[in-house]
Amino acid sequence: MSSTEELMGPGHPEFHLEEMVLNMGPQHPSTHGVLRLVLHLDGELVVSVEPQLGYLHRGFEKLAENRTYLQYLAMISRLDYLSGFFMEWSYVRSVEAMMRLEVPKRAEYIRVIIGELNRIISHHIAFGDFLMNLGASTPFVWAFRDREDVYDLLEMVTGQRMMYNYMRIGGVRWDLPDGFEERCRKFLKGFPSKVDEYEKLVTENEIFLSRTLGMGIIKPFEALDYGISGPNARASGVDWDLRRETGYSVYPEFDFKVPLGEHGDCFDRYKCRIEEMRESAKIIEQALDALCGGPVNLKIPPMVRPPAGDIYRAVETPRGEFGVYLVSNGGLRPWRLKLRDPTFSAISMIPKLTAGNKIADLVAIAGSLDLIMGGVDR
Amino acid sequence: MSNIVDFLESFLPGFILALLVIIISAVVFPFVARRILGFMGDRLGPNRVGPQGLLQPFADFLKLFIKEDITPSQSHRLLFILAPAVALVTPMLTQVVIPFSEDYTLADLNIGLIYIVAVGAFSVLGMLIAGWASNNKYSLLGGLRSAAQMISYEIPLILTIMVVALLTGSLSLNKVVGAQGSVWFAAVQPLAFIIYAIAGVAELNRTPFDLPEAESELVSGYITEYSGMRFAFLYGLVEWGNVTVWAMAGSTLFLGGWRGPFGNSSAWLALKVIAMVLVIIWFWATFPRLQIDQLMAFAWKVLIPLSLVNLAATSLFILIWPDNFLLPTAILSWSLIAIFIAFFPSVVRKILLHNRYKFLASRRMTTMISGTGKGGIRS
Repeated sequence: MSSTEELMGPGHPEFHLEEMVLNMGPQHPSTHGVLRLVLHLDGELVVSVEPQLGYLHRGFEKLAENRTYLQYLAMISRLDYLSGFFMEWSYVRSVEAMMRLEVPKRAEYIRVIIGELNRIISHHIAFGDFLMNLGASTPFVWAFRDREDVYDLLEMVTGQRMMYNYMRIGGVRWDLPDGFEERCRKFLKGFPSKVDEYEKLVTENEIFLSRTLGMGIIKPFEALDYGISGPNARASGVDWDLRRETGYSVYPEFDFKVPLGEHGDCFDRYKCRIEEMRESAKIIEQALDALCGGPVNLKIPPMVRPPAGDIYRAVETPRGEFGVYLVSNGGLRPWRLKLRDPTFSAISMIPKLTAGNKIADLVAIAGSLDLIMGGVDR
Repeated sequence: MSNIVDFLESFLPGFILALLVIIISAVVFPFVARRILGFMGDRLGPNRVGPQGLLQPFADFLKLFIKEDITPSQSHRLLFILAPAVALVTPMLTQVVIPFSEDYTLADLNIGLIYIVAVGAFSVLGMLIAGWASNNKYSLLGGLRSAAQMISYEIPLILTIMVVALLTGSLSLNKVVGAQGSVWFAAVQPLAFIIYAIAGVAELNRTPFDLPEAESELVSGYITEYSGMRFAFLYGLVEWGNVTVWAMAGSTLFLGGWRGPFGNSSAWLALKVIAMVLVIIWFWATFPRLQIDQLMAFAWKVLIPLSLVNLAATSLFILIWPDNFLLPTAILSWSLIAIFIAFFPSVVRKILLHNRYKFLASRRMTTMISGTGKGGIRS
């Protein structure tokens, strides 16, 4: 922890500099949920920050030990509520790997389509909230407007807008409804122009650039040290995307780019997310083209009993690597379920990034990291 | 006794007029702002109460007036209550010297321009008192921010108002309007007008200079602890009153006041005020917020030098051509604006990229996002 004197130099002997402690959150317009930041301020200057977690603790890991494998599926999308589908996906993947199940091809394509739609929604929020934190009101509203189109698609398929509960061990719950493909293609046709619209409003704006360029730089080795993943790490130039590296599901069949930044500042993180939205749209298009017939789930016994053992499976969520470490003793319930959330790592980076900056920069950095507290407090 | 009656006779009409202007602007402009912000964000905005939502402001005020009036227990009670009243002084008093129409000015002071500046500087007091008396850290930061910001932006404001005084040859606002018979000062001195507008937006704490009440940082800045009636007072009357008064002064100084293309009446003044307020709302929908040090740097490194150059050059031209200085001043001002628009963004971009490079000296500098890799497992 750095002190006022370290940052500002020794003050005048008769002029005593006093630090102000400010509790930002848990109820604050820009902490995205219930993050509490204890700020030590010297005027506008942030001397040190201490993130305090636990305001959204719901005991997700412990609850898993008291539920059967299928029951837990209904819960897990509540974890990171903006990318609920990925939570289900990583959990289902670990159970399937444990049981050595071969998921039908059509189910995998559907998973990719829904997953990438979910990624677009999540990046919409990241984009809108980041700009909201910087004080711009219109991008937020635009993002919410376009998010509505995706929600309609997801509602059509899963019957839900946020907590999908659409995954099943060995497939998905049911097939895509009639007319989904046309609507999805129609959405994809208009989508790139909407992203262009965001960029036109924001990216070249001098005020936006002056707030984000060179602000909150994460160096690549720091990103690795802190376990940061996803767009936050890729903006620093860490060329790591689980979709490509581990090639899970049917991702190897698709042609997509992994957007990389070079500086790791707020601007690169913003830009990475914008580019990822475009890439997601491309993946969905390819998945719709490749969609084959066949069953969408396997016949599995009503009581799932994975063999004893342990396994770790992760998926690339909009915020990075979300992993499930599952230990089974061959019983009806998981013996232990450990969840790894990318936002947790990102939050641990905040003190380092913000010390010595202004309050407004703290808010900008927190927004650019795309923090969702649901996954942090498990 | 007759003294008092005389005083009231001369005082009351003006007082009521000034109050009415503020109340009408506080009723109309927030609603218009919300509707327009809605349209710009592809929404509808408030349209439920009355036809097209026209009764929304009354519903809002009614709601705020019947709310409990909370004074925080640790606040300085007297100052907390006093602050909104102090803040209302500026929008009320500024209207005294504004010529509403050809023959109606509340008081045609011969130091009108100085008076406007002096009364305008008063507005920071209300915010500072509100921020300090609330005994809330967010409020305090908001109040301090507004003090720093307003003192900085007062200077370019004064420097541009001096240009107007030079062009008119008088400090009386009636004379200022009178001097704009042939051409508006906004056409002669567009640079001064733009600086006045920017510095004014900063004085009013509006986007992109809305740091004192930055929602995402300071919750609501100095208004955080205010609720109910006092909130309506501070947010509605004072803030929108200030905006209206700024627009009134701006249209009087630069846009010819009550003068119009056909017929001179106060309707033209109202029209110009509405146009200027709409620009503020447009800014609101478009820009992100500046950072406090960038805000200061913009005032001290850009606006003040620019307005000083403008002032010096204008006075030089008036010295050289005492009779027809309008054309050379206009040429100078327009060309300065052209230079500013042509070079300012690229210079700013260069400085920003340089700073970014400085932070990351060891690494190659590009702003491009490069896409690499294809789908599939990388060996």
